Amino acid sequence: MSAILVITGVVLCMASGLPSLATRRASAATTVLIVAGGAIGLIGAVLGLIGGTAGLSLPWHIPGGALAIRVDALSAFFAAPVFLLAGAGGLYADRYWPAARMRAGYVRAFFGLMTGALALVMCAANTILFLAAWEIVAVSSFFLIATEHELAESRSAAWIYVTASHVATLALFAIVVLLHGFTHSWAFVPLAPGSGALPAGHALLCLAFIAFGIKAGLMPFHIWLPGAHAAAPSHVSAVMSGVGIKMGVYGLVRLLSLFDAVPSAFGTTLLLAGIASSILGVAFAIAQHDLKRLLAYHSIENIGIIVTGLGIGALAQTHGQPLLAVLGYAGALLHVWNHGLFKALLFLSAGAAIHSAHTREIDRMGGLGRRMPWTAAAFLIGAVAITGLPPLNGFVSEWLLYVAGFTSITCSPHGGPSLLLILVVPALALTGALALACFVKAFGTVFLGVPRSTAAADAREVPATMRAAMAPLILGCAAIGLVPALFGPLLGRAVHAAAPRLPMAATLTALLQPIQTSALIIAGIAIAAVLSLLALTRRAATALTWDCGYAAPTARMQYTASSTARGVVGLFGWAMRPVIHGPRPFTIFPFAAAFESHVPDTVLDRALLPVLRGARWVLGFARYFQHGRMQLYLLYLGVTLVALLAWSAR
Amino acid sequence: MTAVLQLLLVVLTAPLLLGVITRTKAIVAGRSGPPLLQAYYDLGKLLRKDTVLSSTTTWVFLAGPAMAVVVPLLASLLLPLAGPRAPLAFTGDLILFVYLFALSRFFTTVAALDTGSAFEGMGVAREVTFAALAEPALFFGLLALARISGSLSLSQLLTVDGNSWHRASAALVLIIASWFIVLLAENSRVPFDDPNTHLELTMIHEVMVLDHSGPAFGLILYGSALKLFVFSALIADVALPRTGNPLADAAATLGAVLGICVVIGLVESSMARLRLVRVPQLLVAASLVAGFAVVLVLR
Repeated sequence: MSAILVITGVVLCMASGLPSLATRRASAATTVLIVAGGAIGLIGAVLGLIGGTAGLSLPWHIPGGALAIRVDALSAFFAAPVFLLAGAGGLYADRYWPAARMRAGYVRAFFGLMTGALALVMCAANTILFLAAWEIVAVSSFFLIATEHELAESRSAAWIYVTASHVATLALFAIVVLLHGFTHSWAFVPLAPGSGALPAGHALLCLAFIAFGIKAGLMPFHIWLPGAHAAAPSHVSAVMSGVGIKMGVYGLVRLLSLFDAVPSAFGTTLLLAGIASSILGVAFAIAQHDLKRLLAYHSIENIGIIVTGLGIGALAQTHGQPLLAVLGYAGALLHVWNHGLFKALLFLSAGAAIHSAHTREIDRMGGLGRRMPWTAAAFLIGAVAITGLPPLNGFVSEWLLYVAGFTSITCSPHGGPSLLLILVVPALALTGALALACFVKAFGTVFLGVPRSTAAADAREVPATMRAAMAPLILGCAAIGLVPALFGPLLGRAVHAAAPRLPMAATLTALLQPIQTSALIIAGIAIAAVLSLLALTRRAATALTWDCGYAAPTARMQYTASSTARGVVGLFGWAMRPVIHGPRPFTIFPFAAAFESHVPDTVLDRALLPVLRGARWVLGFARYFQHGRMQLYLLYLGVTLVALLAWSAR
Repeated sequence: MTAVLQLLLVVLTAPLLLGVITRTKAIVAGRSGPPLLQAYYDLGKLLRKDTVLSSTTTWVFLAGPAMAVVVPLLASLLLPLAGPRAPLAFTGDLILFVYLFALSRFFTTVAALDTGSAFEGMGVAREVTFAALAEPALFFGLLALARISGSLSLSQLLTVDGNSWHRASAALVLIIASWFIVLLAENSRVPFDDPNTHLELTMIHEVMVLDHSGPAFGLILYGSALKLFVFSALIADVALPRTGNPLADAAATLGAVLGICVVIGLVESSMARLRLVRVPQLLVAASLVAGFAVVLVLR
């Protein structure tokens, strides 16, 4: 039953753009189709998570390929947020990208295709189908990033994305072939025990780290992510960031589930890459002044947290510490859901703010909270959740990872791999505190204070359907945060599917119970306190901001986002290398001075692009052979063929 | 029963701490100083006053003061202040303890930004940056204590017995030293901040509350007293032996907390505020000191 519902959801999502492509007037049909697809698929995924594994197979005339889907707990766990975000994003797009706007049919068609294929990736039982769905996602994402292709920024983001994506696909081809070499099957079948120790097993794991690392946006493979998520329409960014990059995480988890044990070097790599990704991701995020780029860098941070959890799980499993492994996997998997929910919420509310203020520059917004209170509240909830603060959902998953770190120090003998696991605690602490700094800056500069531009001053609240699209995400954040024990069994099933050899994780619900109690207490008392203070000061007088007695404060006097970030950027200057332009005013009465600072992406702008430019120069000599003349190419073919024949006849 | 005793202890005696610090500084400076109960009078006065709100603010502006009071009260429930077990104790509560203060930091800083004032923005920027450096220190200390006690609950983590002191005295001293620095930073004390001025000189915590007035400002004042109590009690818990008798333990906690306040007063009398560029260095040093404690207990 669950498999039929899931495949129906996939088909509805993929086909949802067709009416809009046919005629502009049919855009309502698109919205209905994608919301229905999302809802049906979500029900299917939840059924798959509660009930048992279900499969569905149709014949497909491709060698080795089969249209086979299998909804086990792991697939259902990853597919559920895809369907939720597809529905929410589709509903949001109805007014965000109205039918009258340019390329409305184009955006709707590729959005439907991408979300449907994304769900198919999570449920594919056949590696060829997995590969095909993976490519559909990649290609439709490319077209969505290039939606506003008259802008050079969008074009460059799209090309960088498609290049990185192709490298990942290449590695994925090799993975599929290697897997077939191990199992002689095109299905996802567990490998023979001890496969992780073979050279081919090592190769498989290295390729997986590259392919899935690129897709997930793990540092240092994240180069495509900030530009792509900033350039795409906001509802597309929500899906790409919330669930699109989880393709990589899913691939990693699915592959790990096939091994009985992986070398501890692999677990260590995951752990360290995750930690680096989380700390540097959030540090770069603070330095951004484009709201969507800021959120994109936070995806790198959150992927880092997830991969850290997987690293804990893999390491602990290799070293025979089942409790630690369960905590690591559970934290990572729950964070997959949580990040999907709050990141989509943040992108949708940020999109609403951008829609109203007509800019992505944080320092040109301000004061939107008074003008669009619902959007501001949604962004605030997302910000509290992503910062990992109680009583919302981000806290629960980070808490599980903290407990893993603390458990490793209490229950382990001297030295050993657990020494590495201890690093998780200070790393998460630093990440959490920096994330707080970042979202205080973002929320404060965008929604609070006085407007910094006339467009921000004239901003209006967005239509009801756009706000309605955020409601299920808010509910999800609140539900996982306030009653986490309810989700314990579901999480347990997913962990069991991810690591079948671990003892069934029945401890999770018991562990989460006190968190639930405290979350409910915190939420109750905090809301009561805020409401009573609001009631107490209902008749309070209002005046200008006092600010030590300035009679006429102006918007330009406000602290800017860049100034707020300056302290952290200074601390991380060794990694971020900020670019600062502008003479400093040295005289007593300076006439005019301009100041500008921005932080380029260190890996992309300072390492990769210069290297590639050098490579282009070197490879330019190869153009000598490339004239674009057909007869010469035929000559090359002929010569090569003859040479090969001569070589083989030898 | 212990929960009630503990809450009464925190709620009633917290403002006294501010008086003790002020009185210590006055004695060292050779003045008589304000009465010990001055903070109570101030609170009473503020609660009777009217509020003036800035016209740019939203409801977020009032969420700051509310959370400033709620959070330390909730956090105090996780500490074993009277008796061997805290009113709210479970595996992993230590993480909740730290994250609760992050919650209040989020709302107090956002409330400050709500005014659109440059001064308050400056305070916010410094507060969030320095907090990011103080948080690892707190966690390193907790890691070391978790190793010593073999537990993930503050109730067992903090009731350090003589045996542990014998085994890991060096690590415990390092933790206390590191956490004392964190206490000074988190509670806007010299050498990080000067609570006596509200202007340009001290631009961290105190500058963020420039625009709060009346009961809302009273709540902020009370909240900072509560926070000081909770942080002092955290350190006192590490240093103090436990009897098991709720009343005796409560009295011992109060005594130790007041003792820590005398030390804070002495520190404030003997040194000036650090230059802002030195603040991160001192906080990183605190993290390293606590990191050493972890290395010591791992050995």
